[in-house]
Amino acid sequence: MDKNEILDEMIIDSKHHPMEDLFRMDRMPHIWCSGCGLGAVVTAFMEGVKKAGKDYDKVVVVSGIGCTGRVAGYVNLDSFHTTHGRAIPFATGLKLANRDLTVGVISGDGDLFAIGGNHFIHAARRNVDIVVVCVNNFIYGMTGGQTAPTTPLEAKSSTAPYGNYEQPFNLVGIAAAAGASYVARWTAMHVRRLSDSVAVAAQRKGFSFIEVVSPCPTVFARKNKKGSGLELLQEFGERSRIDHEADPTKIPLDMKNEIVCGEFVNDDRPTFWENVQKGIRKNVQIEVDLESKLYDRS
Amino acid sequence: MFKPSKLHGEFFMQGDIACAEGALAAGCRFLGGYPITPATEVAERMAYRLPILDGVFIQFEDEIASIAGVLGASWAGVKALTSTSGPGISLMNENIGLGMMMETPCVIVNVQRAGPSTGLPTTFAQSDIMQARFGSHGDYGVIALAPKSPQEMFDLTITAFNYSEKYRMPVFVLADAVVGHMTEKVIIPPVEELEIFERVYTTKKPGDYKPYELDGKNVPDFAKAGDGYRFHTTGLTHDERGYPIMTEETQWKCVPRLMEKISKHVDDIVLLEERDTEDADVIVIAYGITSRTVLPAIAMAREKGIKVGLLRPITIWPFPEKRITELAKKVQGFVVPEINMGQYVLEVDRVAGKYVPVKSIPHPGGGFHKFDDIVKAIEEVAHG
Repeated sequence: MDKNEILDEMIIDSKHHPMEDLFRMDRMPHIWCSGCGLGAVVTAFMEGVKKAGKDYDKVVVVSGIGCTGRVAGYVNLDSFHTTHGRAIPFATGLKLANRDLTVGVISGDGDLFAIGGNHFIHAARRNVDIVVVCVNNFIYGMTGGQTAPTTPLEAKSSTAPYGNYEQPFNLVGIAAAAGASYVARWTAMHVRRLSDSVAVAAQRKGFSFIEVVSPCPTVFARKNKKGSGLELLQEFGERSRIDHEADPTKIPLDMKNEIVCGEFVNDDRPTFWENVQKGIRKNVQIEVDLESKLYDRS
Repeated sequence: MFKPSKLHGEFFMQGDIACAEGALAAGCRFLGGYPITPATEVAERMAYRLPILDGVFIQFEDEIASIAGVLGASWAGVKALTSTSGPGISLMNENIGLGMMMETPCVIVNVQRAGPSTGLPTTFAQSDIMQARFGSHGDYGVIALAPKSPQEMFDLTITAFNYSEKYRMPVFVLADAVVGHMTEKVIIPPVEELEIFERVYTTKKPGDYKPYELDGKNVPDFAKAGDGYRFHTTGLTHDERGYPIMTEETQWKCVPRLMEKISKHVDDIVLLEERDTEDADVIVIAYGITSRTVLPAIAMAREKGIKVGLLRPITIWPFPEKRITELAKKVQGFVVPEINMGQYVLEVDRVAGKYVPVKSIPHPGGGFHKFDDIVKAIEEVAHG
């Protein structure tokens, strides 16, 4: 088949979107800007859920606040649009209270690493069994382009009109240092690799973190003269290099450097719940003795 | 999935521990918390007891995470508790609003200490009364219960869970450091003998279910995550599908109901204790530990020939407006001692002030009222 034939086949049934079982079609069109990377990222996320072979009824998405915070409203899954920065602890409660659920958090860089930064490092430390996808567009989009903890030095924002003077976070470095079981970085250009990564993260246990570098045409590109969303996406593609062996703590992002992508961490270590169970098993006799003593007091 | 709590009998038990036992008896199997004096013992007891009952204990990194985790656990269908004190509530308030907006059952115990700020961590006050009512931004109804003893720490924690499940909202237990740290006799009945209200789950099929459809009721039926309903819920103003709709019209449908589900059921929620109010000329309104420390003062005033009664709101919020109005029409006045600089008295004055004098007896916390001050206030009201 040549390219046109493939395209023809794809648009034969134009009344039905190929992903319509996984999105809330009654909420389309979405609110995201044309040229934003979020559509591609969310589609790749849902492809990943599909690839992981999960029962959709047992998959939950939790989001915080911001452009990416709106993801929860569009996926046709049990979905929670929570408060700014608190998606991870909300998801932690959901997962621990029903361990049969696959719990994903999709939120932005400001939500997860500024206001929610403390929750991120502690969830990674605990190795709670959740998948966290951070859509990093280097800026606060929803509120109109303010500096984020990821904004590169010297990049312009509405609160840094003379260029950002704060050192940004390297998200994959933080995740690895805090103890995440799985750490990966992709761009919105790497949709297939991203969906594979989501599938791996959804199937494995422990705290998984995936950073997705994504274009914001409306504020980041415009304020920094990066052209359209498509041009910025192409730039991310050209700047990226895949290196699974890279040390995640040594690959920060700035305005020009290489965007090192890959799966940097993929380790098995006991999850929060496994450690809880281990502790109970170890002390089970003591607990039973104490318990009966407790009840005997009546 | 979970084991029932078998603990019952007569105990010499601390208030905080009785609170934890009340939660377990009510079927609570999740605690998300953060250490804070004087509430820590609630979490410590749960850390010990929950694993035995197959429940989940998690000590979070702060109170914000604690309440967020509790809301998440509740959406997984598990009764969930968090315990803290005033500073913790200050941190939780944004997500308490989320719990109100998403209509999420859970119980929040505030073992009050004296504020503002760090205040007196190891001692007591009743100064979070208005914080409980208006702590989070926006308009919503509130239920708060004030125990006066370890026994009531047990009993009212169960009541709080029942209300939270019935009205689908976070409910406060407004204890204080005295009640929390005091050790007294606590009777724990067998769990089968307790009245426990269980969450009302939808019987509709996925596809027919809308998370905030009322079907003629004030409180929508629940669906938990993982049951195939694939619902959406949000802290944004939403329609009955749970979808965000940013219009004035939707705000009108969404927000007033959060207050009406309380205001239309005040009689079901309000619990009062009355002593000698039938023939009283002066009524002391006191709640929590203060309702016990004023008793000698009331006896002293009665010895002086003043007919004094005691009205104790067990339910602090919603305000027992009906009963206080009835009493205001036949007594000479009210005296309101409370361990804050005059919070609950504002509501008493709003309701009763147009009929009779209402006298506040403030106290900043860290101690109790002097009997003489209360007697003097009663005399002033009695003799005009």
